[in-house]
Amino acid sequence: MASRSEVHPIAGAADVVKVRQVARSWALELKLSLVDQTKLVTAASELARNTLDHGHGGTMRVEQVENGLRRGIKLTFEDKGPGIPDIAMALRDGYTTSGGLGLGLSGSRRLVNEFDIKSEVGRGTIVAITRWK
Amino acid sequence: MISFHEVVKKNEGAILSAWIEEMVKGVRRADLMTDTELKQQARELLGLFAKAAESSSEAESEAFLQTREFLREIAKSRMDQGFTPTETARFVLSLKQPIFHALRDALKGNPSDLVNEVWASGNLLDRLALFTVDSAVEFRDQVIGRQQEEMLELSTPVVKLWDGVLALPLIGTLDSARTQVVMESLLSAIVETNSQIAIIDITGVPTVDTLVAQHLIKTITAARLMGADCFLSGIRPAIAQTIVHLGIDLVDVQTKAKLSDAFAMALSRMGKVVVARKPAAGMALGSKAKDN
Repeated sequence: MASRSEVHPIAGAADVVKVRQVARSWALELKLSLVDQTKLVTAASELARNTLDHGHGGTMRVEQVENGLRRGIKLTFEDKGPGIPDIAMALRDGYTTSGGLGLGLSGSRRLVNEFDIKSEVGRGTIVAITRWK
Repeated sequence: MISFHEVVKKNEGAILSAWIEEMVKGVRRADLMTDTELKQQARELLGLFAKAAESSSEAESEAFLQTREFLREIAKSRMDQGFTPTETARFVLSLKQPIFHALRDALKGNPSDLVNEVWASGNLLDRLALFTVDSAVEFRDQVIGRQQEEMLELSTPVVKLWDGVLALPLIGTLDSARTQVVMESLLSAIVETNSQIAIIDITGVPTVDTLVAQHLIKTITAARLMGADCFLSGIRPAIAQTIVHLGIDLVDVQTKAKLSDAFAMALSRMGKVVVARKPAAGMALGSKAKDN
């Protein structure tokens, strides 16, 4: 259960930097290994940029979660953007609508332990990721 | 009816000393500025304030132009000295109490006038304090803007390691504005120095996500189009694992863990070999003599 949480706005490129810093400091606090820190921070960076570029901005909630003895960090990215019509397609490697590499969403799924995406066309998108220690 | 500016004018000396006393008690930072400096600033500000208040009670009016200019100067010097904006504003706000006390004494028999004048003078001082804070924040913004520009320039030096070998040590976040600068400076340096090999070192880049990777791949492809080989170095273990999980394809890019490895590869690519020099008898003696 979440012991504490914070919400950060994602409204500009500078906020993506901020999101990375927040993710890194929470990962450090939980004493994740350097590799796990880097994975979480990179996934946060990808998803924050998606929230900004595709969702026209939104928020990131960061919280520490517990499951029995295991502890982890959960990041939830939420936007009120156009939504994703075909999630399966969006999760495919190399699929892009913005001229990028098309690996942001699919890649960040591989960087974390739990990945949950909900999207409704015209309503917005919520992506939640968790990295366990 | 007595107006607050008359009261201030009449009691200027008393207000000044009460104000300074007030500041010495609470607001002043003895570590940051001297008593004499503070007294001088207080005297000058009160003089300007009293004079301007004679003709207007609007902080934005022409009459207060000099006062505003002076507050701007103060805000700037306070920021340079290391005061916070709050401390800077309190310099102005702490003038309220002595003025209110003087008003109380002067308008003892007339509570309704007293309230009016307290309100008018308080309002005026509030606005002047806000103006001071605005100026202070403006100066800080200027400093931040300047630093951002400096960082943009500083963070992308292209260095020549050898004839025909360039290195680009990247540091910090690669957002799109900076990547553009990086790309341009590397490509123009390749032309200027007629280099065949460029090494991009990402030891100082904390996060390599798909956007950063894409920028790097584009830069490397552009360099290759210009006839230069591009090596990527400084890939830390954590970054390497992340790149693999993200699925970024760097197979076409020559990569090395360390800048020194990439440099060694560049030298061997150019047919150069680094050999340890055999110490000649004479030289060894010579250096020994120098040590003594």
